[in-house]
Amino acid sequence: MRFRVPRIAPSEITPQEVYLSRRALLAGALATGASAVLPAAEPSPQGAPLNFTVNSQYSVKETPNKFEEITTYNNFYEFGTDKDSPSHEAHTLRTRPWSVNVYGEAEVHGTFDLEDLLKGQALEERIYRFRCVEAWSMVVPWVGIPLSNLLQRFKPTSRAKYVEFTTLYDPRQMPGQRVPVLTWPYVEGLRIDEAMHPLTLMVVGLYGRVLPNQDGAPLRLIVPWKYGFKGIKSIVKIGFTAVQPRTAWNVAAPDEYGFYANVNPQVDHPRWSQASERRIGAPFLAARRPTLPFNGYADQVASLYQGMDLRRYF
Amino acid sequence: MTLTQRYRFIYKPLVFTACLLPLAWLACGAFGWLGVSLGADPVKELEHEAGKTALNLLLLTLAVTPVRELTGLSQLVRLRRMLGLFAFFYVVLHFAIYLVLDLELNFATLGGDIAKRPYITIGFTALLLLIPLAITSTNGMMRRLGRRWQQLHRLVYLIAILGVWHFYWQVKRDIREPLIYVGILALLLGYRVVRAWRRRRAAAALQRGAAAPTAAITSRSGSATAPERT
Ligand code: HEM
Repeated sequence: MRFRVPRIAPSEITPQEVYLSRRALLAGALATGASAVLPAAEPSPQGAPLNFTVNSQYSVKETPNKFEEITTYNNFYEFGTDKDSPSHEAHTLRTRPWSVNVYGEAEVHGTFDLEDLLKGQALEERIYRFRCVEAWSMVVPWVGIPLSNLLQRFKPTSRAKYVEFTTLYDPRQMPGQRVPVLTWPYVEGLRIDEAMHPLTLMVVGLYGRVLPNQDGAPLRLIVPWKYGFKGIKSIVKIGFTAVQPRTAWNVAAPDEYGFYANVNPQVDHPRWSQASERRIGAPFLAARRPTLPFNGYADQVASLYQGMDLRRYF
Repeated sequence: MTLTQRYRFIYKPLVFTACLLPLAWLACGAFGWLGVSLGADPVKELEHEAGKTALNLLLLTLAVTPVRELTGLSQLVRLRRMLGLFAFFYVVLHFAIYLVLDLELNFATLGGDIAKRPYITIGFTALLLLIPLAITSTNGMMRRLGRRWQQLHRLVYLIAILGVWHFYWQVKRDIREPLIYVGILALLLGYRVVRAWRRRRAAAALQRGAAAPTAAITSRSGSATAPERT
C-alpha cells in the first residue's frame, strides 16, 4: 500500500499559517466592515502535536480536506447552528481536566480522568470519509484509538447490548445549549457490535494534533459508515445498556433520523436525496459524487446488518 | 428638481445600486475578490444568500403599500416595480445556482427534487408564478390588462407565502430565522386583511347612510395612479 501521507500534520498545517498571515494583512487592510467578510476566530493552529502511527490499512486513498475546512465547517449545535459558529464560539470549552463517567452493564464503573483512560493506548491516524446527513462530505485524517480498545477495559457484561454516549452539559461553556433546538445533553449510541467494530474510532486528534474544540475536543466518536451526527462530540459519559439508547436526533425527528443512520444512497431523507453528495473543497462543478452504500465501507460492515430491512432501520 | 426627476435621477439609481450589492458580494465570494470568503462550502453559501436576498426583496416589495399608506409617502410606489423585478432576478439566480453549482446540471435529480421534495416543489411553484408577473410588469402591459393586471399581481401574496414556507421547510432544526420571516409576512398580509375589512365596514356604513356617494371607496390599487385610501 502506498504511503500517502506520512507525517501529514506539520506540512499540512503550514499553509494554514500562511493563510493566517494573509488574513491578518487583509484584516488590517479592510479594517472595519471586515468582520462581516472574515471569520472572527482563527481555527486553533496551536494544538499540541501527538505521537501516533499511520494506519494505512484503514485509510482511504483520497486527499484529505484542508485543516481549515475541517475546523470551520462544523455541525456542533452546542456552539450555534451555523456551520461557522463552532469555530467562533467553541473557545469557551475547557477540555482539561476532563473526566469520563462509565456506567451500566460492565464490571468496571466510575469516573476516570481522560489522561488515565488514554494512558498506554497507541494512537493511530486514520483517513476516513466523513458523510454528513445533509449530503456533503469530507475526507478527514483523524487521530484516535479503536473504540473497542477503550471499551474492553471496562469489561462489558453479556447484558450490554448497546453503548450510550453523552456530551457535556454546561450552558456556560456551551452557549448553544441555552437554545432548545435539541434535547440537551446530546446523546448518541451504537449497538455493541458496531461499537466493537475495528473501524469505530474514539478520536482525540486531527491532522496529527490535539483535536480542536469545534471538532469535538477532547474526545469524540467517529463511525465512518454512518452519518456524521452519530459521531458524538465532547463525550463525558459512556454507558453500557440493555436497551437502545434514546439518541438526540432520533428523538428530535424520528421520521428523519434513525438510530442506525447508516449511510445509504437508497434511503432518502424525507426532505432531500441521499443518492449523491457534494465534497467540500472540491472545485466548482466537480464536487458532486455518488454516495456509496455504508459510505464506501460496505465490505467491512455490511455483514453487521445481514437480514435487516435497512429501509425500516434507517 | 421635480419629484419625478428626483425619483428618476436619485432614488431609483440608489435603490438599483443597493439591489445589486448582494450580487456584488456573491460575485466577490465566488471569485475570491477583495478577500471575500464564502467559507468552506461556497456553493451552499451562494445558494442561501441568493435565496435570502430574493425573499427579502419579495417582502420589501410587499412592504411598499403599507409603508406608503402609513407614512403618506405615496410616491414610494414608483420603486415597487424595481424591487419586484430584483426579487425575481434573485429567485432566478438562486435557482440557477441550485441547478448549475449544486446539482451540477443533473436534470434527473432536478426532476426528482421538484416532484418529491415538498420544499423544492413549493419553491419551484413560486418561481413559475413569478414569471407572468415579471412579464406583465411593463407600463404597456399594465395599460393593456387594466383591472386584470391588479388581479393577476395579487398572486404575489401567494408567492410570498410559498417563499416563506419553502424557507421554513428546508431548515433542518433551528427554525428561529424562518419564524421571523413568518412573523413579517403575517404583518404584511394581516395589514391588508384588516384594511379590506375596514373598507368593507366603511362601505356598509355608507350604504346605510344611503345618500352619500360611494366613490370614495376605491379598490385596493397599488398602481401609481391609485387614489389615496381614506
Ligand atoms: C420565490 C422563490 C424562492 C425563494 C423566495 C427562495 C428562498 C430561499 C431561502 C430564503 C432559502 C434559505 C436560505 C438560507 O438558509 O439562508 C432557500 C434555500 C433553498 N432553496 Fe429556495 N427559494 C425560492 C425558490 C427555489 C427554487 C425554484 C428552488 C429549486 C428548484 C429552490 C431551491 C432551494 C434549495 C436547494 C435551498 C437550500 C436547501 C439546503 O440548504 O439544502 N428555491 N430558498
